[in-house]
Amino acid sequence: MRPLYNYAYFDEGSKREIRRAILKGVAIPGYQVPFASREMPIGRGWGTGGLQITLSIIGPADTLKVIDQGHDGSVNAVSIKRLISTTTDVALTTHTSEATLIQSRHRVPEQPLNAEQVLVLQVPTPEPLRTIEARESVTRRLHGEADYTGAWLELFEQVVRYGNATTGADHPVLVGNRYVMAPSPIPRFDNHKLHQAEHLTLLGAGREKKIYAVPPHTSVVSLDFEDYPFAVETFEGIVCRACGATGVYFDELVDPATGATYHQCNDTDYCLSRQSVLTREEVQA
Amino acid sequence: MAYVAVSGGEAAIQKSLELLRNELAATSQVSIAALTAALPELIDQIMGESSLYAPHLAALALKQGGGSVEEAVFLLRAYRSTLERPYVSRTVDTKTMHVTRRISAAFKDIPGGQLLGVTRDYSHRLLDASLNDRNSDAEICAATAVEQFSDSNDADRADDGADKDGADSADEPLGNTNGGNTGGRFSCVPFANPSGALLPKVSEYLVAQGLMEAPTPDETEPCDVTMEPLQFPAPRSARLQTLARGMTQAVLSLGYAAIRGFGPAHPTVGELRSGAVELLIDHPVHSGDDEEAYYLGAIAVTEVESLFETEKDEYDGCDESPHSLELDIGYGLVFGRGESKAIAMSVLDYCLVRGGTEFPTEDEEFVLYHVDGVEATGFISHLKLPHYVTFQSKLNSVRKTQPGEERSHASAL
Repeated sequence: MRPLYNYAYFDEGSKREIRRAILKGVAIPGYQVPFASREMPIGRGWGTGGLQITLSIIGPADTLKVIDQGHDGSVNAVSIKRLISTTTDVALTTHTSEATLIQSRHRVPEQPLNAEQVLVLQVPTPEPLRTIEARESVTRRLHGEADYTGAWLELFEQVVRYGNATTGADHPVLVGNRYVMAPSPIPRFDNHKLHQAEHLTLLGAGREKKIYAVPPHTSVVSLDFEDYPFAVETFEGIVCRACGATGVYFDELVDPATGATYHQCNDTDYCLSRQSVLTREEVQA
Repeated sequence: MAYVAVSGGEAAIQKSLELLRNELAATSQVSIAALTAALPELIDQIMGESSLYAPHLAALALKQGGGSVEEAVFLLRAYRSTLERPYVSRTVDTKTMHVTRRISAAFKDIPGGQLLGVTRDYSHRLLDASLNDRNSDAEICAATAVEQFSDSNDADRADDGADKDGADSADEPLGNTNGGNTGGRFSCVPFANPSGALLPKVSEYLVAQGLMEAPTPDETEPCDVTMEPLQFPAPRSARLQTLARGMTQAVLSLGYAAIRGFGPAHPTVGELRSGAVELLIDHPVHSGDDEEAYYLGAIAVTEVESLFETEKDEYDGCDESPHSLELDIGYGLVFGRGESKAIAMSVLDYCLVRGGTEFPTEDEEFVLYHVDGVEATGFISHLKLPHYVTFQSKLNSVRKTQPGEERSHASAL
């Protein structure tokens, strides 16, 4: 029987077109390349940008990992992984170290990535200046002229009003000393993982029809002021209840039995690997 | 034991899909043909918003989506994006439309005459209890009328279709995707107007009267908004395509806002015509004229030309008064019989051509970005996805600003 869809869902022409946009993005770090975003079998706003990138660069030799909120088993990660594996048959993994291609929403894995790995981030709002200017025609001009006054003013107003910057995830970064970029809503905690990284990061926004990239060894600096330096989320004194890790990004959870708040590593693969090492050590002891 | 909070996504999804299948089991009673025949206007709406003229597939999507239009459009669009596009049709001239309905709100007597045709406009919206019965008199009446109508069309077709290439396949204008062609609505077969003459456009009369400038034909290749991203300022072809495939109710709502006060003008419907237009494609090697082209089939469309009064751009120095008014056209065209959408589209087309900063309905980014159904429902529904990481980050920022919180971070961002 003839399969209903081509390898990796797309026709080869579409893949080539998307790869061209990716190459342009790699050539101009941080610059949002408009591309002909296709209509996908999953919802727009549900990772179609990342999915289009993944499907156009994936090959039989790849090993794929998909995470959502740091979690391989999260509903949408499972759904996306199922679609990709149905149309490609690639090997799947949950282990960060085994993956050649990692599609993620909202997180960069805790374990540093190497030069052989590609990270694909799903982006809902690629335009870092959108909150200060609604019109695309204007924001494109602002980027063209490197006019980032608005981005600085936004931070300044937060400092004036609240005493410090109140950005959550998606804190704007300056890439290659030229383009201000939305790092997709990864927490501030993950921003530095894109700076001078070994790996290639590709960012795809399906609904907004943009692709952009952070190549390896590129400078990625979070916007801040000398007297109000950039700070990541603080988890001081917090220890993972499952694996004992510190200094990672945590989920805040409530114990249903006691009502007490506790914390666990957000990156489930990282946590589970540590748990299995601990178990092994216990068994050996 | 290894432990992960809130896991089990895979199993939950499987069970959820099973529940969905159980819910949809009831629809197995309804055939695609019955859906296509019983809900023609819904099928038109789905085809229009999907940019895919395929009644059978639209009905299939409707069935699979449990009657949700947004789901049906989503299914059809995702399928459409995998299809090859081997041919581009010759330009369709709507003057050659086989008109089944044609009205003008501008003139009582238009050249070629008004034709009320099928409309619900003058029906009274009283629930008809007789439709409760499956074989009520009203339904039998309607079925008989449909039969008679198709018989007379068959006769017409025999007369007029004989000299056309491919007329023998006219029963299936779009191949097997059009299995549910519903004889009574618009007969999608090639024939000239019953009167034998092409119906002139009302706008041509206005041009002849000197009330409107003759539109200059724009021969620029239209762009394809499904193959390239919208860029601003958007060419008119991109605007019209985006509006035509926009959510029916969204286009209606913005069009309403534009004529109610949040837009520049109140239009007069110069002409609304519904009917079937032929699609022709050129021979790949020797392209010629309409006579030599291949006939693919016909599609049902509704076209609206709305008239707006507008100030003349240039002062030519001859008139006594420096300012003069003339008429301008807003254009709408949709699949099937979506008349309200076609009118609203013509209003928004005019607003966008006019441009301006006073009203949101004149702002092409505001209008074009937000009428797309798949994008709007996609982004709205993505809010159901977990946002644990970003919310945790937000919590962190909120806590930092609270009075009780230690000010130890006050000097740090």
